[in-house]
Amino acid sequence: MKISKTNAIEVQNVTKIYGSGESSVKALDNANLIIYDNEFFTLLGPSGCGKTTLLRLIAGFEDITNGRINLFNEELISLPPNKRPVNTVFQQYALFPHLNVFENVAFGLRRLDKNNDFVIKRSNEVLELVQMQDYALRRPNQLSGGQQQRIALARALAPEPKVLLLDEPLSALDLKLRQAMRVELKTLQKETGITFVFVTHDQEEALTMSDRIAVINQGSIQQIGNPEEIYEKPSNQFVANFIGEANLILGKCEKTGINGICKLQTGHKISINIPDKFNKDDNLTIFIRPERIKINKSKGSSLSQIQEFTYLGNAAHIELLSNGVSVNATLPIDKVKNFKKGDKIEIEFPKSFAQIINT
Amino acid sequence: MLNLMFKRKKFSKVWDFPGFLTWTFFFFGFLYIPIVILVIYSFNSSKFAMIWTGFSFRWYEKLLTNDDMQQAALNSLYVAFVAAPCATAIATLTALVVVRGGSFKSKEFSNGLVTLPLMVPEIVTAVATLIFFAFIGINLGLINVMIAHTVFCIPFAYMPIKASLEAMDPTLEVAARDLYSDRNSTFRYITLPLLMPGILSGFMLAFVISIDDFIITLMVAGGGSTTLPVYIYSMIKMGVTPEVNAISTLMLAFSIILVTGYWVFSKKS
Ligand SMILES: Nc1ncnc2c1ncn2[C@@H]1O[C@H](COP(=O)(O)OP(=O)(O)O)[C@@H](O)[C@H]1O
Ligand SMILES: [Mg+2]
Repeated sequence: MKISKTNAIEVQNVTKIYGSGESSVKALDNANLIIYDNEFFTLLGPSGCGKTTLLRLIAGFEDITNGRINLFNEELISLPPNKRPVNTVFQQYALFPHLNVFENVAFGLRRLDKNNDFVIKRSNEVLELVQMQDYALRRPNQLSGGQQQRIALARALAPEPKVLLLDEPLSALDLKLRQAMRVELKTLQKETGITFVFVTHDQEEALTMSDRIAVINQGSIQQIGNPEEIYEKPSNQFVANFIGEANLILGKCEKTGINGICKLQTGHKISINIPDKFNKDDNLTIFIRPERIKINKSKGSSLSQIQEFTYLGNAAHIELLSNGVSVNATLPIDKVKNFKKGDKIEIEFPKSFAQIINT
Repeated sequence: MLNLMFKRKKFSKVWDFPGFLTWTFFFFGFLYIPIVILVIYSFNSSKFAMIWTGFSFRWYEKLLTNDDMQQAALNSLYVAFVAAPCATAIATLTALVVVRGGSFKSKEFSNGLVTLPLMVPEIVTAVATLIFFAFIGINLGLINVMIAHTVFCIPFAYMPIKASLEAMDPTLEVAARDLYSDRNSTFRYITLPLLMPGILSGFMLAFVISIDDFIITLMVAGGGSTTLPVYIYSMIKMGVTPEVNAISTLMLAFSIILVTGYWVFSKKS
């Protein structure tokens, strides 16, 4: 699939500070990012990192302290929220309780002064898109959480926004519904061709749905990339830890270069690509995913003891202690069937999957 | 086994406390028996308020021919129908500023200032109002009463309106703005309809308080602008006649109809 490279949203040096003086909170710190047209873009980060703030700035509900945001090359700051061709799906849906489902969906179109025939046609069309056409005359409080979610989606889609902003739209749903809605949202985005900016703190959600992800921590953007890049090549320890499980092991550089050598605190001496900016005896942190660790059949010098053995069905999660350093490994079940807690095994860090990571 | 568990799990009910029922009956009796007696005796044919001689509509008929009383009742309605809407409108604007006006310095102060009259003894307000009108030299009869009622009804209208505005999710207004509503249409299509139950409650309260008011009205109302409570008081000064019972019963019926109407209306929407 090819992503057309028109810039839908450009966030340039955006800083947002709430309040003033001693009680001020810096919610966003010099954020820069570009979201392309037709893209499913995700803002991922822990609670309180500034995801909602960025969405609210794009939608126009808050004023920017510093920097600028462009929408299709048009400066946004001067426009009030009702003049921005952007719609939001709110975390708690925010459906209008005094209007029925149809009028909720038609609300944006009516405010845009579309003629009545068009409003009716378009609203029904969108209700059909989210499979809620049978509920048009109900009040929001007569709907389940999942149904309200669909109406919130339909309401935001009806005016055909250029960008749809979604603030943790799935977090209030139960697990099963959440998983079903992931697929639906993704399909909807592809069908409508509308740029989605999706906010979540759930890394699995982000990895499965997004074209690209921006990982945010404490108001600053840590890394932007597609799911594979974010997972396989995290740019720092925060990203490595936040997305999935990571081993971060300290070591000492013994030799730099493509075939560099690093001596880990686990006692292992591994071969790894060490850029020339490092020197011999520099301290390094090595990153490797638990599922990339291998068992070495030929007994080596350094043994690891199994501290905890968790059966996962098709795999096993093993907590090891090597030379006093804890290492996590996820291994295929048939490789580790006969192991149990207390056993000693030899592990290996494959060169292609171990990498140096910034703090 | 299961049976045993159920037996042990015996919750004490509030009416198991000794004396609870007695006190409850005593309380409600004290509250309502006088009213019931008043209503019953309004249908008494006797000229003396306390001696029952037979059923009749006599006193109601007498009321119908009492021009002074009718004028007083009309005055009460005029005042209430001017004061309650004005007070409600002002209270609504005040609540919008205090609750939705962001954080401004004098916010708590303003809120206190609006609700303070609820705590000030009414006689103080009454005397102050009287002196104030005399001081600035406004003497417009019933209009004076209307102005005074509007002012002291504001906090009563304000309380329910503020409460319902505070209970309203501000995200709804944000959502409306997001869906291409400017400030005016957001107010018209979202804030106002959602606030309507609160506004109606505020109006009802202001209306009832205005109809009911005695002390301030007594001070402010000149001759010819007597309201019903003031008129009833002047009747009682000449002795409690069954006519007073009848008119009180009518007022009671009026309140009940008003409150029931409101209740039915709010259940429907
Ligand atoms: N209206 C506000 N006033 C003051 N501080 C706020 C406001 N909104 C958010 N914050 C603060 O800004 C930070 C980022 O918040 P938010 O963008 O809501 O985070 P997220 O959506 O990622 O959980 C938090 O520390 C939060 O407490
Ligand atoms: Mg948030």
